Amino acid sequence: MKKSAFLGALAASTVLAGAAFAATLDDVKARGELICGVNVGLTGFGAPDASGEWKGFDVDLCRAVAAAVVGDPQKVKFVPTTGETRFTALASGEVDVLIRNSTMTYSRDVDLKLDFVAINYYDGQGFLVKKDLGVSSAKELDGATVCIQTGTTTELNLADFFKFNNISYTPVTVQDDSEAQRQYLAGACDTYTTDASGLAAARATMADGENHIILPEIISKEPLGPAVRHGDNQWGDIVRWTFNALLIAEEKGITKANIEEVASSTTDPEIRRLMGLEGDMGPMAGLDADAFKRAIAAGGNYGEIFEANIGSSTPIGLARGLNALWTQGGLQYAAPFR
Amino acid sequence: MTLATSTPSGAAKEGFRLSMLVYDTRFRAITIQVVVLILFLLLVGWLVDNTIQNLAAKDKDINFGFLWVRAGYDIEQQLIPYTNDSTHGRAVIVGLLNTLVIAIFGCVLATIIGVLAGVLRLSRNWLVSRLMTIYVEAFRNVPLLLWIILVFVVTSETQPAPNEFKVTQAMVDSWATEDTSDDIYPAASKILFGTAAVTNRGSYVATPVLDRPLGGTTIGSVPVNFSVLATIAVIVASVLANKLLLRRARAVQEETGIRPVTWWKSLLILFGPIVLLLLAMGFHLQLPAFAADENGVSKGFNFQGGILVQHSFTALLIALSLYTGAFIAEIVRAGILAISRGQTEAAFALGLRPGRTMSLIILPQALRVIIPPLISQYLNLTKNTSLGIAVSYLDLRGTLGGITLNQTGRELECMLLMMLTYLIISLIISGAMNLYNNAVKLKER
Repeated sequence: MKKSAFLGALAASTVLAGAAFAATLDDVKARGELICGVNVGLTGFGAPDASGEWKGFDVDLCRAVAAAVVGDPQKVKFVPTTGETRFTALASGEVDVLIRNSTMTYSRDVDLKLDFVAINYYDGQGFLVKKDLGVSSAKELDGATVCIQTGTTTELNLADFFKFNNISYTPVTVQDDSEAQRQYLAGACDTYTTDASGLAAARATMADGENHIILPEIISKEPLGPAVRHGDNQWGDIVRWTFNALLIAEEKGITKANIEEVASSTTDPEIRRLMGLEGDMGPMAGLDADAFKRAIAAGGNYGEIFEANIGSSTPIGLARGLNALWTQGGLQYAAPFR
Repeated sequence: MTLATSTPSGAAKEGFRLSMLVYDTRFRAITIQVVVLILFLLLVGWLVDNTIQNLAAKDKDINFGFLWVRAGYDIEQQLIPYTNDSTHGRAVIVGLLNTLVIAIFGCVLATIIGVLAGVLRLSRNWLVSRLMTIYVEAFRNVPLLLWIILVFVVTSETQPAPNEFKVTQAMVDSWATEDTSDDIYPAASKILFGTAAVTNRGSYVATPVLDRPLGGTTIGSVPVNFSVLATIAVIVASVLANKLLLRRARAVQEETGIRPVTWWKSLLILFGPIVLLLLAMGFHLQLPAFAADENGVSKGFNFQGGILVQHSFTALLIALSLYTGAFIAEIVRAGILAISRGQTEAAFALGLRPGRTMSLIILPQALRVIIPPLISQYLNLTKNTSLGIAVSYLDLRGTLGGITLNQTGRELECMLLMMLTYLIISLIISGAMNLYNNAVKLKER
């Protein structure tokens, strides 16, 4: 008995001893590489492509942060995390930043001691069903078997939705998106529920995508964003403003292609600050003067990243919707860069 | 310890010097133990201190209050009533019961399989003994996790989906016409006279239902069902009565040499009262079936009525029993081989048939060798139930160490609680088996 208690304490404390409490920025700079927690595989958001290179909407934000901090968008080590392991990986210092379509919630922010520094995708939870099931509304799903990823907010929303509508369901809990798709396609569940963006991504990878529909009900708010450890404000600021820089770049029409030209010719004071030409903005956060310029140059502005990975020209085909800039009726709004 | 007596009396007069702690064999053993104990306590102290400091640095505390908070998630297999409004604590108990049910069924099945395979492996029949060797080697030498996943995939992917059991409007229409040649039927049908349906989601089996139950009450927060209690009481009483009958028969046999005929009395005593009780309570089976409209067209997504046995449960149970059974088979074989050949020969000389020799002479003696390693196998099986996470079986690991841990973010508390629970279960099993071992072991007088 003594032995087990001892080994338990040993295991518990090695987990904790791994936590890094030094400034994350210094660690990343010393390492010369950013460690970014991403999804184990969600096409369009974070997944390795055929040649093993990580691609996606979340992945490009990782690359932008890496470009800003260490100067090279390729200097990123991607650590795949499941719904269950992601926050532990972040809290223990295994990853520097978690950009893994994770929903910002009160308890994650306050109790799990995470800081969600931005919202890079405004999402909501939906249901994917086979067309021949003959269902046109989520409220008709009484008695259905539902595939649900464990350790997620969607798990709790699902229970709330069915309870509120006074209908019942049988859950089939799965670990990640690929297992959920396998179970759903094998008919082990009638419907698969997760963020609507994730469903669109899942449908895009299915061989018979046209035989599946996403039901019209969006049953929750899922603001997805990058998370960092609570208490390291400088690092949180860097991730937040890297994201804001990408938004401002879209607002000002700065793209991957024209960034050098804009930098050399612009007279707009905000663009000049963003490009590191005046105001000494980068060094305030412990970065180089042109850090945010490099971030934009890495994968383009927010709109370019969106279109390249999940936009209407891709198989996933998501509309900008809530994720359009505030000037175009969306919610993406960056604070002034001054 | 002969040292004390063999020490010359002169040494005692010398008195105690510090160097004796190292150089005197009388004290050296104690010195080493004290030093090791101090080092061990220092290490434990350092670990606890490290944990507390790290928790403080992350602004986290150790708090088990989350166990009384609403869980908010659902569990597919629940042996006690549970909804998403229940607390995390109740979810933990649901998970614990799911662990225990697998462990209990698994231990029983593994023992049956193991004893059979162990005995058959020693069979003189070449084919039977070789087949058992193949079974034992195949299961012992492949990781358990792979077996669990294999059984799960086979059970879930080879079976029809529930909607293949459904009756559609087209089918009803085809039956309405005179012409029977164009009749169409559902692609899949139930088995065992309609009492069970095996789908790719799990097996739906008929539920026992009572028309006139005896009611129930709650003592504290534990629900008590009188119907179940009455059934158990009647069964126990019948078994005891039957034992009494057999004892009397043996007494008569020993006195007169003639054994009275008891089989029909036994049958009557064992089954008569329970059948009467069930009839009185209006017992019948509720068959799994789809809800249907007035024309007989099936509605809904799944079978209604009947108990759903998840494939995760089936897969875990089968894989665990076969895997552990292979180890038990080897233990049983070793136990039998440990019994002297003379015992068998003596039994044969008395005219006992081989089967009776095995069950009356060899196995009871072999049990003494078998029980201690069998305890470890039971413990292994119980701990291995936590592999159910691979097939999404929500046992203690899945609820407390999975969803609850994730939704509350209390890693340390959940892990400590889970380790403590597994420890307690293991100690109980080991304690019970040690009691049994004491009962069957060779009594020396």
